[in-house]
Amino acid sequence: MKRELSEKKRYAGAFLILCLLVLVFLVINVCAGSVTISLDDILKTVKGQQTDPTIADIILQIRLPRALAAAILGGGLALSGYLLQTFFHNPIAGPFTLGISSGAKLVVALVMVLFLGSSIQISSMVMIGAAFVGAMLSMGFVLLMARVMDQMSMLIVSGVMIGYICSAVTDFVVTFADDANIVNLHNWSKGSFSGITWENVAIMAAVIFLSFLCVFLMSKSISAFQMGEAYARNMGLDIRKFRAALVLLSSILSACVTAFAGPVSFVGIAVPHLVKNLFHSSRPILMIPASFLGGAVFCLFCDLLARMVFAPTELSISTVTAVFGAPIVILIMIRKKKEKAA
Amino acid sequence: MKDTFYFYTEGLTVGYHGVPLIKNIKISVKRGEILTLIGPNGAGKTTILKSIIKQLAPLGGLVCLDGRPVDEMTARELSTRLSVVLTDRVRPELMTCEDVVATGRHPYTGRFGILSAHDRQVVKESMELVNISEMADRDFTKISDGQRQRVMLARAICQEPDIIVLDEPTSFLDIRYKLEFLSIIQKMSRTRNLSVIMSLHELDLAGRISDKIVCIRGDRADRFGPPEEVFTPGYIPQLYQMTTGSYDELTGNLELAPIEGRPEVFVIAGNGSGTAVFRRLQREGVPFATGILWENDLDYPSAKALAAQVVAERPFCAIRPEVLRQAKELMDSCREVIITLDMEAVGEFGEGLRELCAYAVELGKVRGKGCHPLSCKHDVNSDF
Repeated sequence: MKRELSEKKRYAGAFLILCLLVLVFLVINVCAGSVTISLDDILKTVKGQQTDPTIADIILQIRLPRALAAAILGGGLALSGYLLQTFFHNPIAGPFTLGISSGAKLVVALVMVLFLGSSIQISSMVMIGAAFVGAMLSMGFVLLMARVMDQMSMLIVSGVMIGYICSAVTDFVVTFADDANIVNLHNWSKGSFSGITWENVAIMAAVIFLSFLCVFLMSKSISAFQMGEAYARNMGLDIRKFRAALVLLSSILSACVTAFAGPVSFVGIAVPHLVKNLFHSSRPILMIPASFLGGAVFCLFCDLLARMVFAPTELSISTVTAVFGAPIVILIMIRKKKEKAA
Repeated sequence: MKDTFYFYTEGLTVGYHGVPLIKNIKISVKRGEILTLIGPNGAGKTTILKSIIKQLAPLGGLVCLDGRPVDEMTARELSTRLSVVLTDRVRPELMTCEDVVATGRHPYTGRFGILSAHDRQVVKESMELVNISEMADRDFTKISDGQRQRVMLARAICQEPDIIVLDEPTSFLDIRYKLEFLSIIQKMSRTRNLSVIMSLHELDLAGRISDKIVCIRGDRADRFGPPEEVFTPGYIPQLYQMTTGSYDELTGNLELAPIEGRPEVFVIAGNGSGTAVFRRLQREGVPFATGILWENDLDYPSAKALAAQVVAERPFCAIRPEVLRQAKELMDSCREVIITLDMEAVGEFGEGLRELCAYAVELGKVRGKGCHPLSCKHDVNSDF
């Protein structure tokens, strides 16, 4: 009983920290930039008493949607990574390492170039749809590879290769598309949270929160699946349906992120791992909300650095997430090796 | 008639990808009974178990639980009646042993899998039952194989099943854990009226714990019945297609192949004193003869298995002169005699043995001073 109590305290504390961090970073992300904004300004703007329309615009039209997007998409990405790790029983599986992000990116780029040529406006939903098609194509390929390869490390290698192929084709398409609008596309194909509108935010929030809800409702099934397929089946889990749901949800999540922010690397692997250590537990019912919050914090932090470090030049978001994420992947692999040796 | 069986199969055919591996399996088990599958490696024991627990679709036939085909049961319904301990290696992250055991409550918990007070109580009792309470807070990935297997058993018990299916549960355990594990299973089957179906490699243990045994051989279940009907003399070497060595169905005694050839050493054994010497001679590659052994002597099975020649007498009879003569002739052709039997323990039936000993001394072939060191260490009387 004592253990339970201390565990509960630990979990509550960890959640509190994550929520506070999300809040703090949201505020910092709005405040910091080429024009520094004070807390006072934010409060005034929120209350609708802001007298300076430029500042109100910066807050409401540029920084706040961007910060919210970073938080929501970051959360979605981390969750997608968590689902893929569960699915493949592999701690370094993620939308980026399995080539799912890149697949989504390729199809979105193709659709964009196609539509740019015909000067038709593309809605967010079309983008998400395109990204989803791309994500499912990559996922399908990865699943095929998983049947052939019994070694998980090989699966990751093949995922990374798919990622490179898709990126190469995307670069090719982007380079030869001859339009001034392509500058945006170029930024996007490297990964960035810039240029997000409120409409975008509304749609991504709807898609990602809905997916989050579905995943959360599956937390019991996920915990059964953690014991391995055979045991999960004996516990009454319909493996086929469960696997399909997992593939679908993780693809939707990463597709949604890619549609709005392009490929963002390593968040899907690093965040679930960090959160697991923070909670010292792998219970899905904790990990799902915690991964989401953790992803939000991670991406807010990284976006802040991307904007600020070499201001006014902006770094691509993947550059920053890689700097923090890649070492964590290496750490995981070293730890795995040690565990096996022990 | 069928109603008395809690579990039975009829005409069950199992295999992979539509290719039948074992056909027409008919087995049954009552509440509280233990059924064990034996058979050579790769015979398909795991395939049968997988088909029984609905992890593999049977190619034909029927599997019934509590009078109903398992096909008609929902996954959840089955999960509250049947639980499993498999050979799959489970590597859950950051889970304590208690967490792992608690996963057995999965079929009973609500939408989010939160454990109720009752669930916690069942988890606690299950852990007590298999003596792992003190390991509750330890990391599951950091305990030994023997402990892990007990945790998985507690997990299966925690699922509150009527029948439990175990695939080679004792394979990686040392003898202490093997015995402990099987004792728990026996206790469970008795106290909780739990039916058990498992596969075992240890024939001796299978024969001791099982109420019924199924032998898988080729494409069929060759024999099915209580151990005394299954383990008839000579059956096991046949079942496993043993080409070397021997197995004694009664004692579970396993011996290597004997050294063939003209006996070079004669061992006067008996009362269990000779077996160690037989084995040493086998290791050294020396063909030997032994006698005179009553057919019910402790040394007789190993003598039969290892000696080039055995001079034997019918049980509970005094040694007849022709048997004694035969022993003496054999001794004549040997270069050495080893006496492991404590002659002082020989009673009135053993007059012939005394005479044989005297004959050996006369021939001057006795190694040592009429008494081999091994036999002096041996407390012969303790065998009775």
